[in-house]
Amino acid sequence: MSEAIPQSPSRVRATAKWPGLTVLAVILLVLPFLAGNDYHYDLMIKIALTAGVAVGLNLLVGYAGQISLGHAAFYAAGAYGSALLVQQFELTPVPAMVLAAVGVAVLAWLVGKPILHLKGHYLSMATLGLGVIAAIVINNEDQLTGGPDGLPVAPLSLFGHELSVFGSYDLFGVAITGTQVWYGIAAGFLFLSVLFALNLIDSPLGRALRALHGSEIAAQVAGVDTGKFKLRVFVISAVYASLAGSLYGYYGGFITPNIASFTHSIELITIVVLGGMASTYGVILGTVILLLIPQFLTGFQELEMVLFGAILMVVMIFMPRGLVPTLARRFQKEAS
Amino acid sequence: MFSEFFQFTFSGVTLGAIYALVALGFTLIYNASHVINFAQGEFLMIGGMGTVVLMDAGVPIYFAIPLAIAMAGVAGILLHRLAIAPAKNADVVTLIIITIGASIFLRGLAQVFWGKEYHALPNFSATESINLGGAILLTQSLWILGIAAVLVTALGLFFTRTTLGKALLATSMNKDAASLMGIKTGAILMMAFGISAVIGAAAGVIVAPITLTSYDIGIMLGLKGFIAAAIGGLGSSTGAILGGLLLGLAEAYTAGYISSDYKDAVPFVIILAILFFLPNGLLGSRAVERV
Repeated sequence: MSEAIPQSPSRVRATAKWPGLTVLAVILLVLPFLAGNDYHYDLMIKIALTAGVAVGLNLLVGYAGQISLGHAAFYAAGAYGSALLVQQFELTPVPAMVLAAVGVAVLAWLVGKPILHLKGHYLSMATLGLGVIAAIVINNEDQLTGGPDGLPVAPLSLFGHELSVFGSYDLFGVAITGTQVWYGIAAGFLFLSVLFALNLIDSPLGRALRALHGSEIAAQVAGVDTGKFKLRVFVISAVYASLAGSLYGYYGGFITPNIASFTHSIELITIVVLGGMASTYGVILGTVILLLIPQFLTGFQELEMVLFGAILMVVMIFMPRGLVPTLARRFQKEAS
Repeated sequence: MFSEFFQFTFSGVTLGAIYALVALGFTLIYNASHVINFAQGEFLMIGGMGTVVLMDAGVPIYFAIPLAIAMAGVAGILLHRLAIAPAKNADVVTLIIITIGASIFLRGLAQVFWGKEYHALPNFSATESINLGGAILLTQSLWILGIAAVLVTALGLFFTRTTLGKALLATSMNKDAASLMGIKTGAILMMAFGISAVIGAAAGVIVAPITLTSYDIGIMLGLKGFIAAAIGGLGSSTGAILGGLLLGLAEAYTAGYISSDYKDAVPFVIILAILFFLPNGLLGSRAVERV
């Protein structure tokens, strides 16, 4: 009898996320076979961690339509927070990372509550202010953070084993290097980030966010508590940044205040807008492009800034929706 | 004690005058086109660095300054023509990224052609400082205050007394209505960017003898100018000037009495406090948003 119940539309969409995730998983699994050396791994690890942050930030910027010009502060809070918890309180790295993320969530909740009422330019101003203050504090509190000289970070330890990028490990009889283990961690982090984001987008929270992006007032009229949802997604995106920051610290073994800088916040938001707002895979592509550009410009180090600025302007002028949504629309048009 | 206070106040007002000029540039562009121009700080850099480079090439200072300012004006007009006008229907975020792209581009060009070194412009007067009741005042500060006052007055007269100025005001109030009245709004917007760049470049030149100039001075100065404009309520010229002076004073007192390490944080703390309690800025109009 119950066989006759038709599938609800949301159920259909929920299953539609698996093809994309499968492709992502396959790419992440194949990439190690294409990587020639540790430098390639290093690049892929950094791309995967940054893409994780961008996927989280995209929830806020792309789906909820709220801008943040200070997300590097949360990233740095995760990195410095977990490093200091290990150093000062002798926590092991994984609990330190979780505790730092909880701390960042509380912080984001506290600052998000008053500032998310702001709109447009005032919100960008407020988030920018938070980011710059965080960078100044990290630079000045050098007794704790090492100041501009940076802070050494203890390596990650898993199941009692210290994980060093220089070490070699045994995985079910196969010898792998520390860098390869780190690639696995970073790729896993990215995959889980995407999975969580896609689930979130399909949840009531995701629908509420899209509604408030369309028109906040219409969403309110329809009974959506927009303030609550905005705050929630702000906190979630901050936690994404915090976790990625912690991992980055453990991986690199050394962090500097640069990760909290305005420039880094700009880089993060640029990735989201460049790859495509409200496109989870788009921002991953955005990360790949943005982090690979400097690799192609190594011969023209002098011109790096000029070309970077020019590319940013040109893409934004001609593809204001970002690369992936614009191209997807073009393909759809041709197909139909 | 008092001379110390007087000295901090004086340097605060000097700094504030610079912030006020940057904020005026922001306000002008914001009013005309609703764009927050994150490249505003680069106009200051072009003014300061342009003068330095021209003087190095043997151009006397009284030609180098106007040439550098004109160069910034052209950059402002090009910014509007090539980057802002083609993206007229873009989102706020997209426009912000475009102006950020422009600022990186300009900074990059300056770095390639003008180098990364810090430069100082000579003082405008031969005597560097004067002693007034125990306080040491830089003569350059007097130049800054004087020139800022002249620029602000000239801008005020431009808006109230000239047809072009009134056309710009009309365009910022309602672009469609203005174009129906026969105002060429495209040209007016371009002019707004040009004037804004000129004001910024002038600020960059007069402050260079005190703070030094280099290819990357635009970031912090631009951000602080943006804050000053936001304190004043984004769009109010009087607000921009008051916001600038408030920031300058707060920064100078913090550096003098509390901690010079944290003086750069002061503007950002102030703006957060204001946004928490007065979401429309000090002098912002409580505009009713249409849905």
